[in-house]
Amino acid sequence: MSQRPQAFTNVRLVDPASGYDGPGALIVTEGVIADVAKAKDLGKLSQDVEVIDGGGALLCPGLVDIRVKTGEPGAETKETLKSAALAAAAGGVTSIVVQPDTTPTIDEPSVVDFILRRARDIELVNVYPAGAATKGGKGERMAEIGLMHEAGCLYVTDADRPIVDSKVLRRVLSYARGFGVLVAHRPADPWLSHGAAASEGEFASRLGLPGVPAIAEKIMLERDLALVELTGAPLLVDQLTTAAAIESFARAKDRGLPVTATTSINHLSFNEIDIGDYRTFCKLDPPLRGEDDRQAVIEAVASGLIGVVVSAHAPAPAEDKRLPYDEAAAGAVGLQTLLSGLLAFHHEGRIPLIDLIRAVTSAPADLLGLPAGRLAKGAPADLVLVDLNAPLVIDADKLISKSKNSPFDGRRLQGRVLRTVVDGRTVFAA
Amino acid sequence: MSAAPPGLNEVLQRTFSFPKRHFLSATDLNEVEVADLLDLADGFVALNRQTAKKLDLLKGRTLMNLFFENSTRTQSSFELAGKRLGADVVNMSPRSSSISKGETLIDTAVTLNAMQPDLLVIRHSSSGAAALLSQKVGCCVINAGDGQHEHPTQALLDALSMRRAFGRIAGLKVAICGDVAHSRVARSNVALLQMLGAQVRLVGPPTLIPPQADRWNVEVFHDLREGIAGCDVVMMLRLQLERMDGVMAPSQREYFRFYGLDREKLAFAAPHVKVMHPGPMNRGVEIDSDVADDLSVSLIQDQVEMGVAARMAVLTSLAARLENDR
Repeated sequence: MSQRPQAFTNVRLVDPASGYDGPGALIVTEGVIADVAKAKDLGKLSQDVEVIDGGGALLCPGLVDIRVKTGEPGAETKETLKSAALAAAAGGVTSIVVQPDTTPTIDEPSVVDFILRRARDIELVNVYPAGAATKGGKGERMAEIGLMHEAGCLYVTDADRPIVDSKVLRRVLSYARGFGVLVAHRPADPWLSHGAAASEGEFASRLGLPGVPAIAEKIMLERDLALVELTGAPLLVDQLTTAAAIESFARAKDRGLPVTATTSINHLSFNEIDIGDYRTFCKLDPPLRGEDDRQAVIEAVASGLIGVVVSAHAPAPAEDKRLPYDEAAAGAVGLQTLLSGLLAFHHEGRIPLIDLIRAVTSAPADLLGLPAGRLAKGAPADLVLVDLNAPLVIDADKLISKSKNSPFDGRRLQGRVLRTVVDGRTVFAA
Repeated sequence: MSAAPPGLNEVLQRTFSFPKRHFLSATDLNEVEVADLLDLADGFVALNRQTAKKLDLLKGRTLMNLFFENSTRTQSSFELAGKRLGADVVNMSPRSSSISKGETLIDTAVTLNAMQPDLLVIRHSSSGAAALLSQKVGCCVINAGDGQHEHPTQALLDALSMRRAFGRIAGLKVAICGDVAHSRVARSNVALLQMLGAQVRLVGPPTLIPPQADRWNVEVFHDLREGIAGCDVVMMLRLQLERMDGVMAPSQREYFRFYGLDREKLAFAAPHVKVMHPGPMNRGVEIDSDVADDLSVSLIQDQVEMGVAARMAVLTSLAARLENDR
């Protein structure tokens, strides 16, 4: 791929990895970042450089979203790897990690290889698979963690399904640790959660919806943290969404346990009241929580306790959503709205811009050992150029995803992606 | 009766007194006792290679094999050892006979004890079963494998194979690889080899290494290549197939990929490396046939031969003590 070198000039560089937030410029050659200057221009450039004047826009590393579901393989009507990659590009997301709960399950190396080959063919954003921790994601028998790791899976998880049998999770943690593979686990007590459509509380009671108490998250998390202590293996807590669980997690962190946590943009942005008149686009797993919980999640992201924010992109077509609330599928698309949704906390003055960007760039990249997520010489040129202040109204029907189930539908946000670059290739331009 | 080979006679004529009544655990032994047992076993190897293999050292004695778990190799090894020493040998398989119908281990032991055996060889699926039995009977008890605890005659025969291959055991680097967690062979070998001055490493996935094994004064590795690097001896352990289907390891193919011993991985060991396996082997799972069948590196056949001699040494030593008692 022999391209003209590109120079992004007159931009506000935000690079959480180096802690820099200020005026700057950046040169891309052969798909990698060739130079970063902390000044508005780069002085005299040679003739063959394509100059892109950012006009003061934000230039930051492309987003790394480590929890994305598509429908491929097995449910391509919901979303294909290609439609997800297009949505990602439009949202400034340059790397995605797809979840293993597909059909077939990504639980052996040939399916890992399939995803990676498809991603190469599509050639839009970086697509990496997460492997299943157990065969079929059933929580009973360990999957081929070592072989999947060799084939290129980035971490293992049973996605939405908690591993109920503590002995199985213990073995998965120990075994994966031997290969240096990170395990992600959803903290949700399966018995308390069974059949629930919403968070237990006054609001669910009024709507007459079966609820799961917030404490179900803490109950499972406490067990998981105890297993981390037993095995010494690192754990990624898949979506912390309640104040009670955050408190447990903070204690474990204080004790020095090797744990990291994510939360989703949805749990930062919405609470149970958004369900309103049974809006199934707001039916999520884990369900939207009360406002106190949401505030605790925002605090935990602001303090860095929760290091990583994910879109939790989970496409569900109309036929799965236009149903009575407790029969409707759970989940929301989010690749295209992740960045704009996150920027709301910058505009509110709630969380500094660089900290928000960190949670979706260098933090997830570092966690999974990816070279992306930083504006450094030699790093892959995965970039996003953003007009921070441009207003937009989210129209779910206009989203690129094959499924349009966005809780952000109708929401007014600020911050529009102008251009997305992956390995020096422009994969989206507004 | 046949004539003992000269080497054996020499050893037998030493004032040799094995001070223990039972043979239950490698940890009960000391360095001098082990050296004596190995010298004696060396003599029996020579005897076993003669046409006339039979001596009368155990003449009149009764050896009872009590195998609660199936075993072809160990049971026939003890049976041959007893017969070559002139003992009467009885094989009991409580599983397939009527003596264990509803009977506790101790009841069985008391029943058998009444038949006045002199040497009782026991294999049982519970750790500690041999020791329990030894408290209830009047004869010598030999542990032929108790649960996941010990298999001391296996460690003795392994030591014999190593000493004959290298001329020494002190200073050898020995990697014990595979399912250490469930292995009585590994536990006995760790104890015996450390006593004899070898450097022992344990290699396997974290799910198959016993918790806190790093406190056994061994080095623990989870990467086979790193674990066997520079080793003189690579001892592979059997992994039961049912533990491999996602329970302790994900699959046979993944196990072989990372923990199966093949030429490529073996190249990381010392150039003069010897490969051992207590048998029975899962070919293509923990060991490649190419390695197992190469007599220039594999001691696996030797181990079987040494097994008979080592057990003859144990039986002779224990019986000598019996005589002193009566």
